[in-house]
Amino acid sequence: MNFDFSDDLKQLKDEARTFLEDKCPSSAVRKVLESDSTHDAALWREIGAMGWTGAAIPEDYGGAGLGHLGLCILAEELGRALAPVPFSSSIYYAAEAILAFGTDAQKKAWLPRLASGETIGTFALAEGPGKATPKRLRATFRNGVLTGEKLPVPDGESAAMTIVVAQTDRGLGLVIVDLASPGVTRAPIETFDPSRKHARLTFRDTPAELLGPPGDGERQLAAIEQRAAILLAFEQVGGAQRCLEMAKDYALERYAFGRPIGSFQAIKHKLADMYVAIELARSNAYYGAWALSKNAPQLALAAATARVSATEAFHFASKENIQVHGGMGYTWAFDCHLFYRRSKLLAVANGSARLWKDRLVTELENANAPA
Amino acid sequence: MDFEDTKEEAEFRARARNFLQKNARPRTGKGMLYRAAQADEGILREALEWQTKKYEAGFAGITWPKEWGGQGGTAIQQVIYDQEEAQFSVPRGIYDIGLGMCIPTVCTWGSQDVRDRYAVKALRGEEVWCQLFSEPAGGSDLAALRTSAVRDGDDWIINGQKIWTSGAHYCQYGVIVTRSDFDAPKHKGLTYFFLDMRSPGVEVRGIKQISGASHFNEVFFDNVRIPDSQRLGKVGDGWKVSLTTLMNERYTIGGRAGVDVDEFVELARGIEIEDGPALRNAAIRERIADWYVASRGLKYSHFRTMTALSRGDTPGPESSIGKLVTGRKLQDMSAMALDLLEQGGVVTDPEVAPMAALFHQTLLTSPSSRIAGGSDEIMRNIIAERVLGMPPDMRVDKDVPFNKVPTGKG
Ligand SMILES: Cc1cc2nc3c(=O)[nH]c(=O)nc-3n(C[C@H](O)[C@H](O)[C@H](O)COP(=O)(O)OP(=O)(O)OC[C@H]3O[C@@H](n4cnc5c(N)ncnc54)[C@H](O)[C@@H]3O)c2cc1C
Repeated sequence: MNFDFSDDLKQLKDEARTFLEDKCPSSAVRKVLESDSTHDAALWREIGAMGWTGAAIPEDYGGAGLGHLGLCILAEELGRALAPVPFSSSIYYAAEAILAFGTDAQKKAWLPRLASGETIGTFALAEGPGKATPKRLRATFRNGVLTGEKLPVPDGESAAMTIVVAQTDRGLGLVIVDLASPGVTRAPIETFDPSRKHARLTFRDTPAELLGPPGDGERQLAAIEQRAAILLAFEQVGGAQRCLEMAKDYALERYAFGRPIGSFQAIKHKLADMYVAIELARSNAYYGAWALSKNAPQLALAAATARVSATEAFHFASKENIQVHGGMGYTWAFDCHLFYRRSKLLAVANGSARLWKDRLVTELENANAPA
Repeated sequence: MDFEDTKEEAEFRARARNFLQKNARPRTGKGMLYRAAQADEGILREALEWQTKKYEAGFAGITWPKEWGGQGGTAIQQVIYDQEEAQFSVPRGIYDIGLGMCIPTVCTWGSQDVRDRYAVKALRGEEVWCQLFSEPAGGSDLAALRTSAVRDGDDWIINGQKIWTSGAHYCQYGVIVTRSDFDAPKHKGLTYFFLDMRSPGVEVRGIKQISGASHFNEVFFDNVRIPDSQRLGKVGDGWKVSLTTLMNERYTIGGRAGVDVDEFVELARGIEIEDGPALRNAAIRERIADWYVASRGLKYSHFRTMTALSRGDTPGPESSIGKLVTGRKLQDMSAMALDLLEQGGVVTDPEVAPMAALFHQTLLTSPSSRIAGGSDEIMRNIIAERVLGMPPDMRVDKDVPFNKVPTGKG
């Protein structure tokens, strides 16, 4: 049994934490949150230069070839720091999708640029509120061009390319769009967590190129979401862990009724419950990391498990962190709300927990269907 | 990252599996979990035979040092053996307290003579041990206990009452914490012994549990003599010795299994509710997913613990959450299982109730897992204080002579 990250990766984790504590304190997150800037461009450049963006991209395509375990480690630290950079869009979605479904030419065209961070990629699925079911999606790819509207698209303003889920002649499919192409308009859109910007993207007869076979979109989408679920779970665990630490520190330093609030059981038990939820989520995320790194047959179930566990742990930890901070927790000045916002952003970013619970049980049904 | 055994671990696993295949029946699902509703003669005999076989094959006392009569093996070997044994239907449970908590305390604090006399007999299953800790006045607050020990020559004279003593009715020996000084602050006036349960003046009375079974007892002490040679630790150091027992308790109880998601899925597949099989219902699916996530989270936390053990490290705090998560899950899952049966959920007749009334049994037994071995609330205190570093509770009983500490009625 060796259900842990290697010493090398643990070292990477320490380095990443030190780096982000220095370069990405909450003031950096607030800078993006409180302005129109699409992301922290300086931080993004450094992340690219250190090879984080290319961590799981093979060396042949300009990556660092660290594998997905390394990417998971970095995801946890980025989540902990609430890093205001397009890492998830560009890497968990765009790069992963191209790695999984791209032709060699497509990989050569895009992966080195995504790996270096020089190009930001993203993934456009939703078309407004409500679940983006295959039937409901209107964006259409026909005769080599894409028409439709996508909203919200994470990092839609800063991205140079996107993968779009669209109807094709043969059913749902994925297409790659160079966002410098004609017919593309973009506009920022107001969101719940402006530390990660989103946009409205419209395409009018925009040239695009199929990624994988047409009509295979549902299966492709499921695969992309599964892989992203595990990586996002690490971000969520990182964020949740930070919430617990903040709550813990505050509970020791804040006094009420002549004693630290951390000596009241109502607070202690809240912290213990946060701890339990986070430990479960962490262990489930580790299993997800294993499945992802091995491309194991258990990947679908492992992804659903990691996703549900981490989403709930982060939501719980971020809301109880505010509670432990009392009135201070409700202020703009304290950082609690940054985590509260991010937890909800991540909760809806890749399918809600409700959806993943249903998928999880479907996997269980498939796994032990009666003979 | 992988789940593979090391070469030595794989060899040990193969040896354990081989032993089990030759000597035990494979687990056949359902029913078997609750075979032993009452520990009758037959069950005790079967348990003894099994324990003796285990000992002779070298699978009892795996982690115990050789000086205790154990195998001098590693914690990971114990985990591997337990994993393998869990696939088989074996009469276990009767020895958990004795071998998990009592004898390790006796061996840690007792002389080599004491170890030689008691440890192997217990390992072979020939002598069963119980834990005489809780009292009417002291459960969570164990150090509030009042059973008195008064020195008389080479003996101590014990008077008072213990309660909730699992297995006292079939045990030959027990470990007991007593109060030898009522004027000292509560944690300072305790003294720890082991004793023969057949000593004159010991009276065991069964307590009927909500499940109808009687696994635990009241034990009364009326001028019971214990030789001073059976004292463990110094006079007044009983609390320190008790901690050895309690540290082992968390480990013993944490790892216990029960019904889980597989059984619930099986039930939900077979039961028709208003819109078809319960397994197709969205609300039920959400609950199943919640339990699965908790159950897997624990399983993978256990893998993390195993990894630490396998490297010879001390497991991290992740091992402290098991009991807390499992108790709640068992209780919620069994309650929902009965809901699925609607009015028929009240029927426990095993001919009528699905899965031989497994969930009905669990509904009645699950409250105990949230109390025994440290209640949910105490476990949360422990996590908050020892893992997260929160300040201890405000105490009104600290540094006060025990006989001045406020008490409730009765
Ligand atoms: C099935 C079973 C088997 C058992 N076997 C044994 C045995 O073999 N040997 C033995 O010695 N004992 C045994 N026990 C006893 C068990 O250890 C105690 O029941 C347990 O420690 C709780 O103590 P109590 O029953 O006195 O409850 P109490 O301590 O009175 O607790 C009542 C309630 O108050 C809460 N509470 C108490 N203190 C605190 C606190 N500080 N903070 C917050 N909440 C608190 C508890 O959580 C609980 O909800 C067994 C119990 C059960 C149920």
